Amino acid sequence: MSEITAEQVAHLANLARIDLSPEEINRLTTELGQIVDSVAKVAEVATPDVPATSHPMPLTNVFRPDTVVPSLTVEQALSGAPDHDGDKFRVPAILDEE
Amino acid sequence: MTNLIKLSAADLSGLLADRSVSSVEVTRAHLDHIAAIDTDVHAFLHVARDAALATAARIDARRAAGDVLGPLAGVPIAIKDVLATQDMPSTAGSKILEGWIPPYDATVVRRVRDAGLIPLGKTNMDEFAMGSSTEFSAYGPTHNPWDLDRIPGGSGGGSAAAVSSFEAPLALGSDTGGSIRQPAAVTGSVGVKPTYGGVSRYGSIALASSLDQVGPVTRTVYDAALLHDVIGGHDPLDSTSLTDSWPSMAAAARAGLADGALKGVRVGVIKELAGEGFQPGVKQRFEETLALLAKAGAEIVQVSAPNFEYAIAAYYLILPAEASSNLARFDSVRFGIRVNPAEGPLTSERVMAATRDAGFGPEVKRRIILGTYALSAGYYDAYYGSAQKVRTLIQRDFDAAFAQVDVLVSPSAPTTAFKFGEKMTDPMAMYLNDVTTIPANLAGVPGMSLPMGLAPEDGLPVGLQIMAPAKLDARLYTFGAAVERLLEATWGHTLLSQAPELAPTEMFASEEGVV
Repeated sequence: MSEITAEQVAHLANLARIDLSPEEINRLTTELGQIVDSVAKVAEVATPDVPATSHPMPLTNVFRPDTVVPSLTVEQALSGAPDHDGDKFRVPAILDEE
Repeated sequence: MTNLIKLSAADLSGLLADRSVSSVEVTRAHLDHIAAIDTDVHAFLHVARDAALATAARIDARRAAGDVLGPLAGVPIAIKDVLATQDMPSTAGSKILEGWIPPYDATVVRRVRDAGLIPLGKTNMDEFAMGSSTEFSAYGPTHNPWDLDRIPGGSGGGSAAAVSSFEAPLALGSDTGGSIRQPAAVTGSVGVKPTYGGVSRYGSIALASSLDQVGPVTRTVYDAALLHDVIGGHDPLDSTSLTDSWPSMAAAARAGLADGALKGVRVGVIKELAGEGFQPGVKQRFEETLALLAKAGAEIVQVSAPNFEYAIAAYYLILPAEASSNLARFDSVRFGIRVNPAEGPLTSERVMAATRDAGFGPEVKRRIILGTYALSAGYYDAYYGSAQKVRTLIQRDFDAAFAQVDVLVSPSAPTTAFKFGEKMTDPMAMYLNDVTTIPANLAGVPGMSLPMGLAPEDGLPVGLQIMAPAKLDARLYTFGAAVERLLEATWGHTLLSQAPELAPTEMFASEEGVV
């Protein structure tokens, strides 16, 4: 059995920047424990001699010619933003000043 | 007058080319059918009626002026909502992107437009493509045209339901662990996951970047090949796009229609995916199909892929890990909704957390938390690292199998379409739907699903999955077209001709049923 605790799930939610309710944390603690128990079986065959594959069709050094091509205008880039000011995204305070 | 909505894209192409029908007529017929039945089916999240008719009129004008147009010019197409479209909302089935209209088109959308196809609208899907039933769409599920009380598969249930209910002859899908092939199987349609890197993903809202692939959703193998030819090929805007030059998939599919196309083809049956634990009717149709293939001259070879049993476990570590990283972009700053916390100071971090709580549904939260866990210090080697090693082992299984055979086959899904709610409370039960389709994504090889009959116990479609070695997508089309021809000759009809007719009145009947 995995030892996933509610405190751990609350910490993960904080890292992932999702406000979870206490009910959601409880439910996820149970579900995550079950899922992790099922997927932990990968360790059975993942012996040290097996190399890892991160990409099914590996490509290296993917470059394009260093020429300027059309890109989004400032107006287009801002078009989906919840808030903006002039040509900038507007965000709430970055620092929490008590 | 021919019923235009029942025709394949290839047949429509012929009628459009010789000007027996106009694109406006074809497009209007599909839009009218959507208006009549989509309250029931709910394949579409957005229908672009006026824009579609205007585009169709432009194609008709170009044809009248003698412009040289591609084979699918004037043919309507539905687009999965995971793909960015600059004139239609693109939500990926999530509340967090409600109403978002991207400032650019996905490359596949651009190619479809350049080829003169007519975008009808955007199709429903599980939120960020996480699911096998569309029940995780934030906008309500899509219903299976064969039985409206059942799931159409997922995540691309909207695209599969659109083509199988004749709302569109063609659709675009995306397949990360089976999201094109499993919906095709349970709706009696055709779906292809191309070789990883064979079709551009620029503008496809990312789920798991080492697995995602865009592909065609259609009613016939040949139509899938025609669409593949439009969307495939190198795209400098996608750094994972392969630079290979590809043969014509349409020509490959035509080659499969020749007599004797199956003679001598070595068909591998994967022992681990040959029906143990599968629904009896799925197993039965699979075995009958193998017998037909043998009779047509194919050589059936048993092969073993011992590491496939670890595929689901590896997938549900790799996918959440990549998804948790990809979905970090939904930060309430650049696109999508912004929700302020109910109380406390308004800082960027707190607004981001409140937005993601309100904007993400339960499955997305589950996978982000799981992925964050799998990537965290102290667990990385045991989980994500081990899963990547399993990926190597699965690739080796494919290499060993393809050393013996030309194609591999299995049922596309372990069961026929299940009822709504059946698997919603048990995440692992939902994940097991993907047992047959996930290995191809992990290894990057191409896979196709096509109908192989109805399960005797419930009368619902069963799909045959075909897999080919990486980059040999053309072989899928040749073999797939041959199998489709063989099966239809045996039945004396197409499978979808057996689907119940969805009359507009059905919509009122089902509404009464709900009350």
